[in-house]
Amino acid sequence: MTDLIQMIVSGIATGSSYALMGLAMVIIYKTSEVPNFAQGEMALISSFFAMMLLTSFNLNVYLAFSLAFLFAAVLGCFLEFAVLRRAKEPNVLGMIVITIGIEMVILGVVSWKFGAEQKTMPFPIDPYDSLFIGDIFLKKLDILTLVSALGLMVVLFMFFRFSKLGLAMKATQQNSVAARIVGVRTNRILMVTWGISSLVGAVAGLLISPTIMHPYMMWDPMLKGFAAAVMGGMTSLPGAVVAAYMLGIIENLFGGYISIEFKTVVAFVIIVAVLCFKPSGLFARHYVKKV
Amino acid sequence: MAGLLDVKNIETYYDLVYAIRGASFSVEEGSITAILGNNGAGKSTILKTVMGLIEDQPDKGSIEFDGVPIQHQDTDAIVRKGIAYVPEGREIFKELTVHEHLLMGAYTRKDRSGIKEDIETVFQYFPVLRARVNQWAGTLSGGEQQMLAIGRALMLKPRLLILDEPSLGLSPILVREIFAIIKEINKSGTTILLVEQNANMALSISSTGLILENGRFVMKGRSEDLREDKDVKEFYLGIKSETSAKGYQRWKRKKAWR
Ligand SMILES: Nc1ncnc2c1ncn2[C@@H]1O[C@H](COP(=O)(O)OP(=O)(O)OP(=O)(O)O)[C@@H](O)[C@H]1O
Ligand SMILES: [Mg+2]
Repeated sequence: MTDLIQMIVSGIATGSSYALMGLAMVIIYKTSEVPNFAQGEMALISSFFAMMLLTSFNLNVYLAFSLAFLFAAVLGCFLEFAVLRRAKEPNVLGMIVITIGIEMVILGVVSWKFGAEQKTMPFPIDPYDSLFIGDIFLKKLDILTLVSALGLMVVLFMFFRFSKLGLAMKATQQNSVAARIVGVRTNRILMVTWGISSLVGAVAGLLISPTIMHPYMMWDPMLKGFAAAVMGGMTSLPGAVVAAYMLGIIENLFGGYISIEFKTVVAFVIIVAVLCFKPSGLFARHYVKKV
Repeated sequence: MAGLLDVKNIETYYDLVYAIRGASFSVEEGSITAILGNNGAGKSTILKTVMGLIEDQPDKGSIEFDGVPIQHQDTDAIVRKGIAYVPEGREIFKELTVHEHLLMGAYTRKDRSGIKEDIETVFQYFPVLRARVNQWAGTLSGGEQQMLAIGRALMLKPRLLILDEPSLGLSPILVREIFAIIKEINKSGTTILLVEQNANMALSISSTGLILENGRFVMKGRSEDLREDKDVKEFYLGIKSETSAKGYQRWKRKKAWR
């Protein structure tokens, strides 16, 4: 029994970083209908940027992290402005290829600049520092990640639901010509979206890096976050988060009881199943076009 | 004789398609001006060119709003000058509610209390919208969507309202209603530029009519004169004058327009 609860708790912990990556992907998808495969690497370089500030410039952790968030936001805006916007007559497929290209470039830069060996980020909370509730242990860092994921979900949800900018973002995604003719600077909206999304991804990266840091550290969270976003319907923030936790838990239980080797594959079996039975995602609330 | 909108000799290409071939017209402040023409004449293209929606166009010519050149500006900058546009085929946001549409229509405005009042005004013009206020626009009927598109444009409090075929796909009663509302909007001080297939209706509410063929204007005049014009009657109002013995006279007259 304790085993089971412990596995679920650990599943929730891994689910939190999937949730953050899933949120980041949903934000971009919501406005531009592009799954951004560079999401993980954008978080990666932001984390290494923080690391550089900490080790080479001896900055205080809080300052370094704040600057890393700023860096992430600017990076997102920059990529949209300098790369994606340059695509003439963009289509989704072309955009996906561009994001994969960005991913490879960033991965190359990080590997070259920081090397491939594993590191850990100095962080105020020790990654193995745990709380015990009965026989169940909770890592303090995981609690922080959980709180960040849920907190960001709520903030973003409110932002899209109630703010003028959030409304303009939804409008731009649904019909960019119509958005332009009511006076929305759609280019700027896309740029801001990329900035916000990159920032959310960086939160995931920075919370993973105290435990482990190497150029491929974001692969698994990014792919699982993408899987969660797809399961959640790709445009639903709470949907992505709930799906991320489901993935984290199921994956952990599978690893514990059935096969540790195939643990990560489970996520994709689940996606295939979801896509077969409910292609619009588990939580999509989409208007279906009347024929 | 500068009008509110002055378009001089514009030429517009879609890549290699030469769609507008040197068109000039002017919309007087306070007027309703109607552009008529057959399918593919280039009516929508002219409006899109004015709104800056076709990249890098117009290729030649100038567009002035209130004496200030606006060609080659971004659409949002043109909108901010006070030009609202209801495109052909509505272009609504399918998953935004009616209320959210009206808020988006006022996107460039800052005056909150004014926005509230104007939402009320739109509901007075189109009471159905009030009943659907929290419904997603994609679930409205075609006619309701058209009203929503016009309502959204009104939320800008435009000086010039541009409408592309507002009667498209509407029942005859609704067409009459929409035209009555357009007339009312004009009376309340908004200048209107209208593109229509329904020439009869358009000429009955407009003061000036323009006829476009193959990317050029072939006739301009007071709407009441156009309504009496033999060719306009025959080709746009569907009223046949005496049938000529041979078909060639009709051909010749059309030719002379270009
Ligand atoms: N995106 C486009 N790319 C290429 N050619 C286009 C494009 N849009 C319109 N055209 C061409 O430009 C010409 C004018 O089209 P436009 O839509 O302005 O006609 P219209 O007068 O509005 O017709 P309708 O009454 O049917 O709406 C047509 O020959 C059309 O084929
Ligand atoms: Mg048209």
